[in-house]
Amino acid sequence: MKIKVMSFVANLFNKLFGKKKIIRLGIYGPINAGKTTLANRICKDWIGEELGIVSKIPHETREIQMKEKVRIKSDNKELDFNIIDTPGIATKVDYEDFMKFKLSEKEAKKRAREATRGVIEAIKWLENVDCVLVVLDATQNPYNQVNITIIGNLAARDIPVLIVANKIDLRKANIKKVKNAFPQYKVVGISAEKGKNMEEFYEELFELVK
Amino acid sequence: MLTLQFIPYREIQGLSSIGRIRKLLNLAKENKIVLLEGRLTKDEETELIKTTMEEINVNFKGIELAVVNPSEQEEDVFAKIRTGIVGALIGNRQGFTIIGPAKIIKSIKRDPNKLQILMKDAKYREKKRRR
Repeated sequence: MKIKVMSFVANLFNKLFGKKKIIRLGIYGPINAGKTTLANRICKDWIGEELGIVSKIPHETREIQMKEKVRIKSDNKELDFNIIDTPGIATKVDYEDFMKFKLSEKEAKKRAREATRGVIEAIKWLENVDCVLVVLDATQNPYNQVNITIIGNLAARDIPVLIVANKIDLRKANIKKVKNAFPQYKVVGISAEKGKNMEEFYEELFELVK
Repeated sequence: MLTLQFIPYREIQGLSSIGRIRKLLNLAKENKIVLLEGRLTKDEETELIKTTMEEINVNFKGIELAVVNPSEQEEDVFAKIRTGIVGALIGNRQGFTIIGPAKIIKSIKRDPNKLQILMKDAKYREKKRRR
């Protein structure tokens, strides 16, 4: 409530004094969908530097990472964004899964503790975003309950959502399945790693915040 | 032995959101698979994930969750309005929710018309328990 009032006052102040609004863009999704890879791609495209570390080990991003005032241009328009990369949402965290990636038991337990805290932080940050990119791995089954819960929660909060079907460069990718799973949402297929279809992605992003 | 516990919606209807989450999570922590008539609200589902994360430790690895809601596939606007009104009057009784401990359930695979629950191997679980 306090955050909403503060946000309202800030918006009003910006409108009165003509200050350009900065859009808080949250990047959400399940683990290992490519959220940080996308955040890195956006930051690299527009400010020439990356935001976070990418790894094949699940829960690499365990804290909220933010890059402020990233100016993005599309079709002669430009907007300023705060890019908020969040830890992957999960319903379970097993430290033994990390040990499969050759982490010691101590390291794995520490990572698991940090990962659970990261999921809690990501959920809390839903209060602090203006619009959200839900990044899904297009090679995986989109009917995962985590995806449905995140998207449903954002809809309940009236937060605009763009679904990003990532990893379309991989043979197993199936954008049609993602579109069928969420017919009421706009879905854009990209490869954040390879930079594929990013022009369409930026166009859809501008449509989202219009 | 695997316990599947059915919870009719009336059992959670009178509870607060925290009470509902507590009840479901406690059953999952007792290694029971819960089949709930109807579903939680979207806020409650998110809160369930958050509370689960707060309680994860060496013995409790989290949950597997799936909500099957036939009204989600309704494309007719009038059908959606009707479902909304019914939901407001009698609660989210449509569909069902499955919640189980991640220790027992490996994953729940969901397609629009099919639900597959993959269980962890009992021998493997026993080996891990003894470790």
